[in-house]
Amino acid sequence: MKYNFLHIIYLFGSLSILSIGGGNTVLPEMHRKSVDAYHWMTDKQFADVFAISQAAPGPSILIVTLIGYKAAGYAGALVATLAMLIPAGLLMYVITRFWQSASEATWHHAVELGLAPIAIGLVFASGYVVSKAADHSWRAYVLTAIATVIFWKTKINPLIVMGIAALIGYFGLV
Amino acid sequence: MSETVPPIDAPKVVRDKISLWELGKTFNDIALMSFGGGLSAWSRRIIVEVKGWMDDEEFLSALTLCRVMPGANQVNLAVYVGTRFRGIAGAIATVFGLCLVPVLIALGLAVAYFHYNAVPDVEKILKGMAAAAVGLTLSMGLKTGAKFLKDPIALVFGVLAFLGAGLLRMPLLLVLGTLAPLAIWWGYRKYLATRKKA
Repeated sequence: MKYNFLHIIYLFGSLSILSIGGGNTVLPEMHRKSVDAYHWMTDKQFADVFAISQAAPGPSILIVTLIGYKAAGYAGALVATLAMLIPAGLLMYVITRFWQSASEATWHHAVELGLAPIAIGLVFASGYVVSKAADHSWRAYVLTAIATVIFWKTKINPLIVMGIAALIGYFGLV
Repeated sequence: MSETVPPIDAPKVVRDKISLWELGKTFNDIALMSFGGGLSAWSRRIIVEVKGWMDDEEFLSALTLCRVMPGANQVNLAVYVGTRFRGIAGAIATVFGLCLVPVLIALGLAVAYFHYNAVPDVEKILKGMAAAAVGLTLSMGLKTGAKFLKDPIALVFGVLAFLGAGLLRMPLLLVLGTLAPLAIWWGYRKYLATRKKA
């Protein structure tokens, strides 16, 4: 028990730096360590905590807050969150400073121009991947399609559309 | 280096200092609006369309940078925006804004779960919202695509990135490692060409 904080800092601090490509990439390792190695929670609890972190707003990486809470209470939650945010955040800060300091350089413009089409391809890719996970029925695909057109072509506040979609889900229509 | 090249088309973006409170508040709003998903699409909508803090080109390249770097993409984007406008203090403000309320909500739900074994019954609501949130992501692709995929070569890069990372589920680093050098070379040629014209 008394090594919990060290384990928390070590685990999430290292996962922070390893999470290249986003937080989801280190989920399997997070699961392995918190369930099998440190016995902070059961398999079922991990799955439920994952569902809770998905249901809450904000970045889904906040699952670490919940694992930290289970491992060592509120202090554990805080330590786990900071351990996950700070290493990768500092690295990103350094890269941003470097990137900004070269904002007039030719290579900066070249990278910006070149990466734009790839970024758009990746946006479609994540839309595709998420729709495979989120849309379980043809009605869900129809909802996605209608929402896409509304967001794309109209100025209707997306929150209104999301509210209607929530109601549609609540009444079991998708 | 004595001659400075005039910008090709001066972006109509905010260049003033933005207060730390405004930065934190904005990312708090983005986090709360994204209940149900579509965090990047919400970020673009607020940062580019509503606030005008960046143009699409900068936003897209920043987003790619955030994907390559370790860390959650949205936390990285918060660091990028905060750093760009207010340095380290700005980065702390945006990350704090993005995470504080969601952490409290998630923690509240976790306490209910571990002590009372209550799991929030939001599954059905989230199903509807997740389907619509995908629409938000796709509309972001369509809006920016109309602007940046006009060039046939750009379109090829976009389609290949989609095929690799989407349909084939190839690792991101492999997709970017292959496409990015070629795309940056293409971007370099294109930048030189537009500069000559200007």
